[in-house]
Amino acid sequence: MSEGFPISVTGLNHWFGMGEARKQAIHGVNLQVERGSLTVLMGPSGSGKTTVLTLMGCLRDVQDGSVQLLGHELKGADRALNEALRRRLGFIFQAHNLHGSLTALQNVLMGLQVHGLTDRKAQQDAARHALSLVGLADRMEYLPANLSGGQKQRVAVARALVGNPDVIFADEPTAALDSESGMTVVKMLKKLGQLRGTTTVMVTHDNRILELADRIVTLEDGRIVRDTAS
Amino acid sequence: MSRLLQWLFGRLPIGWLQLTHSRTRFAAALAGVAFANVLVFVQLGIMNSMATATLKPYEFFQADIMISAADANSMTEGGNVARQWLFQALADPDVTGGTSLFVGNVSWARTTKTLSLTTYGIDPSLPAFLSPAMARKTGTLQLSNAGILDMFSRGLPREEAAAIRPQTPTSFEVSGTTLTLYDTFQGGGGFGGDGFMMVSDQTFFSLFPARSSAAPDHILLQIARGANPDVVAARLRELISDKTLRIRSYTQAAAEDLSYQQTKRPTGIIFGFGVIIGILVGLVIVYQVLSTDVADHLSEYATFKAMGYPQRFFLGIVFEEALILAILGFIPGFIVASGLLAGMKKVTNLPLAMTTDMAVMVFIGTLIACTISGAIATRRLAAADPADLF
Repeated sequence: MSEGFPISVTGLNHWFGMGEARKQAIHGVNLQVERGSLTVLMGPSGSGKTTVLTLMGCLRDVQDGSVQLLGHELKGADRALNEALRRRLGFIFQAHNLHGSLTALQNVLMGLQVHGLTDRKAQQDAARHALSLVGLADRMEYLPANLSGGQKQRVAVARALVGNPDVIFADEPTAALDSESGMTVVKMLKKLGQLRGTTTVMVTHDNRILELADRIVTLEDGRIVRDTAS
Repeated sequence: MSRLLQWLFGRLPIGWLQLTHSRTRFAAALAGVAFANVLVFVQLGIMNSMATATLKPYEFFQADIMISAADANSMTEGGNVARQWLFQALADPDVTGGTSLFVGNVSWARTTKTLSLTTYGIDPSLPAFLSPAMARKTGTLQLSNAGILDMFSRGLPREEAAAIRPQTPTSFEVSGTTLTLYDTFQGGGGFGGDGFMMVSDQTFFSLFPARSSAAPDHILLQIARGANPDVVAARLRELISDKTLRIRSYTQAAAEDLSYQQTKRPTGIIFGFGVIIGILVGLVIVYQVLSTDVADHLSEYATFKAMGYPQRFFLGIVFEEALILAILGFIPGFIVASGLLAGMKKVTNLPLAMTTDMAVMVFIGTLIACTISGAIATRRLAAADPADLF
């Protein structure tokens, strides 16, 4: 691992489009994220925070510069490495992206079965526990269509956390939640960092979360303009 | 079902859950696959019945070699063969016997329907050239203007056919000749006529005054035990000076007749195309169902990709769906097609039936077709980009 950082970004540049439409979205970003920390990426729309998040989460190919994730260089990484690394990550999307045909419990189980179906009973128990933690013990057999927006987001959070990921990438995870539920989720992420050393990188516009962040990184026009430790 | 599939796949049966999530769409998809199956089954059933009907008359006779005119593509078509070639063939040391076979079409004008009977004129004194079942029935053919009738003739009531016995014969007029039917045998309606009739060669000439004993439709030969019909046929082709004649083993003649019916005659070609169209319809239906399903779940698939699920996982889902559609679509298709074939058999008297071979072949074909459709549909999976989720 690059000097002990689970995430280390050096000289990262990224472009979108081709030919004359090619536009640089990220300009020489450097960032090291400490293990177990809760880092918040802020900035106006189009500032590049989501692009940085997807590059760090090996969801997008690194074009220029270096991104080290959990000790592996992502530039030039093949599909197998990307898949292996993704299995060590947890993603919480702004749109919950739950599978509509699966119950809440089955959606959470998908977060475990990516590691193989070793002990079915243990996986069921873990999934039930994760749903209980987000307050959905009584909604386990519900299909997403029968859950409210907040409940769906909590299922997505349980799905991201159930596999005990090393790093969690979250994009506006509290957008669909009321203030109390939102704070509960962020506190849970913070607690995971303290207990398990889970690193969280979160994109948010929610100012209420900032007080819980260990570090706030602000981007504008694809550049880091402010980097504040709490 | 869900638990069984989970046990089988070792993971959540996402394909099954996706398919059954929308019951209406699932039912429509299964109906589509079943429809394609019915199409293929019916066409195959007709093709099989054509094969059965084509080969049926070959079962009436026992021969090793058949000599026919150049244009005799089937037992009922083509010109005549000079009887002198029968005598020349008998000169071959391996040819032990021969007989002439005459073929014509007799119309039996009945009150309700005129039966078209494919009629064979044979020498009743040579029962060795007839199948054992037929040979037992031909004693009455020694009588003048006598015949025996196919009891399964289309348009002939079964009870009336059963009543035709030597003690209670029935007669009808053919071209001014009174033909008397003394018995029946098991034949079956085909595509060329309503049934078969067997008469002696002498009776045949009464029915067809223009025909001559010197020019039969085919010559049937039997050869010595242990001799190879193909070898003897090749030798006869050298021996007989008329090089236009088709001198083939009896088995080969039957196979060529069948091939001609299936690949050269319009009916055979149409039914063959019917099978292909059925398969194509099935392919398109399953592809449409699967590709729509993939498109509808792209964001979910992208989420799974982001979670680290490998490509084979997604392929597994699509193929799982393809197999479920194939298996569950086959069952109603099989049931409906069985009913349809039985109904068609009753109406047409053609030898239509659902056979095990046909069922296995269509089931395997359905699996293959669904898998191919699934394989094509998986191309849309590439569009599931996890980066688009943010």
